[in-house]
Amino acid sequence: MSALFELGRNAGSWGARRLKARVPSADMDERDPDYIRDQLPGLWLLASVYFRARVRHLDRIPAEGPVLLVGNHSGGNMTPDTLVFTLAFSSYFGVERRFFQLAHNLVLLAPGLGLLRKFGTIAASPSNAHEVLSSASVLLVYPGGDYEVHRPSSERHKVDFAGRQGFLQLALDEGVPLVPIVSIGGQETALFLSRGEWLAKFLRLDRLARLKVLPISLALPWGINVGDFLGHLPLPAKITIDVLEPIDVRAEYGDDPTLDRAYTEVTGLMQEALDALAAERRLPVIG
Amino acid sequence: MRVAESLRIAAPRAAIWEFVSDGKRYPDFFADADRWEVIGEQSSGCGARWAIRLRVGSASVGGLVEITECDEPGNLAFTSITGVDMRGRWRLRERQPGLTDVEVRLAYQSPGGILGLLADRVSGPLVGRILKRSLRNLRDLLEGPPPR
Repeated sequence: MSALFELGRNAGSWGARRLKARVPSADMDERDPDYIRDQLPGLWLLASVYFRARVRHLDRIPAEGPVLLVGNHSGGNMTPDTLVFTLAFSSYFGVERRFFQLAHNLVLLAPGLGLLRKFGTIAASPSNAHEVLSSASVLLVYPGGDYEVHRPSSERHKVDFAGRQGFLQLALDEGVPLVPIVSIGGQETALFLSRGEWLAKFLRLDRLARLKVLPISLALPWGINVGDFLGHLPLPAKITIDVLEPIDVRAEYGDDPTLDRAYTEVTGLMQEALDALAAERRLPVIG
Repeated sequence: MRVAESLRIAAPRAAIWEFVSDGKRYPDFFADADRWEVIGEQSSGCGARWAIRLRVGSASVGGLVEITECDEPGNLAFTSITGVDMRGRWRLRERQPGLTDVEVRLAYQSPGGILGLLADRVSGPLVGRILKRSLRNLRDLLEGPPPR
């Protein structure tokens, strides 16, 4: 029995090493402004016609220099928030402004999604985040990651970073303004039933692929959708994104702050903004 | 894509020119302008540069434009330097003293092949509405708000 267990563990470690080796390194030069410019009309059609998206207060983002954008994440593996925000950011500031997004390793490995690297999507890791910000670029992170993006639909109006505070340390270390962005509507693109944490643990996916969840949802065209690995056809939910005022973490909380307090206040601000967006919403999907 | 709108305004041409020739005045009347900012010292005349972002659908679209023609008080044209390829023109024609026909034209072309063409088609009516509302705002500024 213990031999079998050991065999399973070794297989798991081997799989994890193989997967890690396949994750493309963060090459910021892969971002291609001309490619992004060519894609903007398609993104505009999708965002304007399908998602009827609206992005407010982009003028709150500092016009120059490095900025850390911190967002809540919704919509499962077919997250419309990033698409809508990338369009809005690139249109407002121009494709010339260097803008990167951190994504889960599996997103970059998914078939057909390699093109995301041309948009500036790179693998989520502390070293990549530091590299982007130290090159005076703008970085978008979703601290909640896979945990938040697969939350049940009943929690769709909840900011849930699962206690992850790395973004605050990143802003402190790099001395960059932190700008929260709050979106609503993404979690109405399917009926998300459960994160399936128990299933991920049972299948050891947390060790194999850094996956702490194995979401279960009702989504088009699959019906019951376990894992969302092949994505799904998102419902045309109205997406609204609000950019909040920049926060100077060092000025606000000191050189060596208690991250717990900063985390509570920043996520609290975001939750307030999300509550306000939810109050404006009359019906799910329709908006 | 070419979009044009016109409106007759009961004001002398020179008074309207004051608004359309100066980048600082646009936030007062141009509809759905997320940004209309003068770049540099010069706010009017040939060579003046304005950073423009118009809210069209889900994006703030625009770029940096430069005034290329400034024929006071009848014609003003600008063309983009960065951002979306576009050209704009104001034509002011005084039909009788104190009564001016104002026409604004915007021509633009999105990149991206077929999707760009489709985006142009879909955005045309939205841009038309922006121009129409801007003209009405201009009229209200010059004539006073319409009686209710």
